[in-house]
Amino acid sequence: MMKGAHLANFSMQALRLAGYALIFLAGVWFHSSGALEAMGAYGEDIRYLTVQHLQLTAISGALAIVIGIPIGVLLARRSLGVLGPVVAQVVNLGTTIPTLAILALAMTVMGLGTPPAIFGLTVLTLLPIVLNTIAGIKSVPPALIDAARGMGMTAWQILWKVELPYALFVIFAGIRTALAINIGTVPLAFLIGGGGLGELIFTGIDLMEPGLLLAGAIPTAALAVAVDLIGAQAQYWLVPKGINPLR
Amino acid sequence: MIRLENVTKTFDSYMAVDNVSFEVPEGEICVLLGPSGCGKTTTMRMINRLTELSSGRILIGGRDIMEVGATELRRGIGYVIQQIGLFPNKTIEDNICTVPDLLGMDRKASRKRAHELLEMVALDPAVFAKRYPKQLSGGQQQRVGVIRALAADPPVLLMDEPFGAIDPINRAVIQDEFLKLQSALKKTVIFVSHDIDEAVKMASRIAIFKSGKLVQYDTPDNILAHPVDDFVADFVGGDRTLKRLQLVKVADAMQADPPRVLAETPVAEALALMQKHDHQSVVMTGPRGRARGLVRRAQLQGAQGMVGDHYERIPCTIQVDDTLRNAVSMMFSNDQTWLACVDQDGFYRGYLTQRGITHLLGATYRDA
Ligand SMILES: Nc1ncnc2c1ncn2[C@@H]1O[C@H](COP(=O)(O)OP(=O)(O)OP(=O)(O)O)[C@@H](O)[C@H]1O
Ligand SMILES: [Mg+2]
Repeated sequence: MMKGAHLANFSMQALRLAGYALIFLAGVWFHSSGALEAMGAYGEDIRYLTVQHLQLTAISGALAIVIGIPIGVLLARRSLGVLGPVVAQVVNLGTTIPTLAILALAMTVMGLGTPPAIFGLTVLTLLPIVLNTIAGIKSVPPALIDAARGMGMTAWQILWKVELPYALFVIFAGIRTALAINIGTVPLAFLIGGGGLGELIFTGIDLMEPGLLLAGAIPTAALAVAVDLIGAQAQYWLVPKGINPLR
Repeated sequence: MIRLENVTKTFDSYMAVDNVSFEVPEGEICVLLGPSGCGKTTTMRMINRLTELSSGRILIGGRDIMEVGATELRRGIGYVIQQIGLFPNKTIEDNICTVPDLLGMDRKASRKRAHELLEMVALDPAVFAKRYPKQLSGGQQQRVGVIRALAADPPVLLMDEPFGAIDPINRAVIQDEFLKLQSALKKTVIFVSHDIDEAVKMASRIAIFKSGKLVQYDTPDNILAHPVDDFVADFVGGDRTLKRLQLVKVADAMQADPPRVLAETPVAEALALMQKHDHQSVVMTGPRGRARGLVRRAQLQGAQGMVGDHYERIPCTIQVDDTLRNAVSMMFSNDQTWLACVDQDGFYRGYLTQRGITHLLGATYRDA
């Protein structure tokens, strides 16, 4: 446990450092590519699109959490018999569907605009949350449930007081993964009219203007790093001490 | 207090518990004993309805357990399992107060009680109350598991191999602690074990199971002295008579009102006394009866004066409330054929001989 925690801590720090290094290198290149001027010139657009980008992430992420955790809890029920694992496997298969395909499907059904973008993003973000919730709940030792039942807890009380707290750390890990995927995918939402920083990136590509492209890409990367940092802090502080391997 | 009437449990077509009836009187510890898979756990779990009965009745305090809702029933019964099952996300005191909190009891009062219980099992509340389970050793966790079952003061306690996962030394310590708790709290306890020594130590009554059937239900001494069949005899072990040693107190096996001499007793009088009782030595006591030393017949032969001029130290004495097992061990390790028995204040109460022990243990077989 302790060893694993150290390892996780270490790899997380390494990742973070690598992230900073990347940002720095990007900065150097970006200076020489004329991106600075571009960012200056598009400052207003960047600000507007970043807010839009974050809105897409916040809405789809919140929806995914609110929908994903209950689905995961449901699929982890032992009373479901074989149905639980079967559905979980289907969900697992879902993770292999390419992002663009999901967005394209959402578009064919719902048309262009923000709603299909949010729908597609929600579906994508849902999967890791559902899978981690299932894994977290399944990892609760049967003896713990037995003790809880033997002391007179109802099924609801066992879920709230025993299973969810026990699974919380793993669920949090799922949420962090999901949000990282989400932020990185939001630019694609532009393709179906969802807005966000993808507008700058794809316009940059179309016009073969690296400055413009970077003006979209760099804030996107920075957002991903920032959101993960916030997620890490939330995971550290919100998961109770007794079951938090980081504390 | 707890009464099982023709209790049967079938899993599919397999009879895990087969027409079992017995009754545990209030304040007693009943140990369910038997080889693996004989139905001990199943029997116990039917009492708090973690397993539903197939047929028969179970009454607690005269009330059928089916008359109460399962969760309400369980909140009134303490439950301890081998895997302990402390909630890792809760502090030790919150773990202990699980049932009081479920029952909506006053938080302050229940925490106070939790601290008292921690003290009773030698865990300092100032150190342990706010810790998390992972910060405790296995033995400490097991103690918390036991007092958690006691927190709401239920009259009945179910314990499934509660000390099974602890090393032998720690296990003996926790068993002693539990017996001390029990002598104060007087719960009605059903205790699952597959260790005959543990059963003999803890039980007021032992229920021996064999493939789902109750084969003998009796006091530990009767189980050891009179096993009903070869299965029970085998199960309790070929050394069952030796095991009885730990059930019998020195006071019950010693020769009471022993002959004694004082320091100022003349040698001749002491010799006459030993001759009369056919003893090779006699204990010298102080004026109020405390054991002070002993004189040997061989040493006094032809000697002059008073006993006080010739006495020697008593090599070892045993307390009257100690077990015969310890007495025999003391005899062997000190190479003695008899022991002087004293009470807590050191007063000489009697003597215990190897022959006396043999006679006592043999008595049940001669009568039978
Ligand atoms: N849920 C169940 N489904 C089917 N069979 C079961 C179930 N629970 C127990 N059994 C069977 O019932 C029998 C008695 O089991 P039980 O757990 O009561 O044994 P035990 O005396 O407690 O054994 P141990 O000392 O190994 O704990 C066993 O043969 C077991 O396989
Ligand atoms: Mg068992």
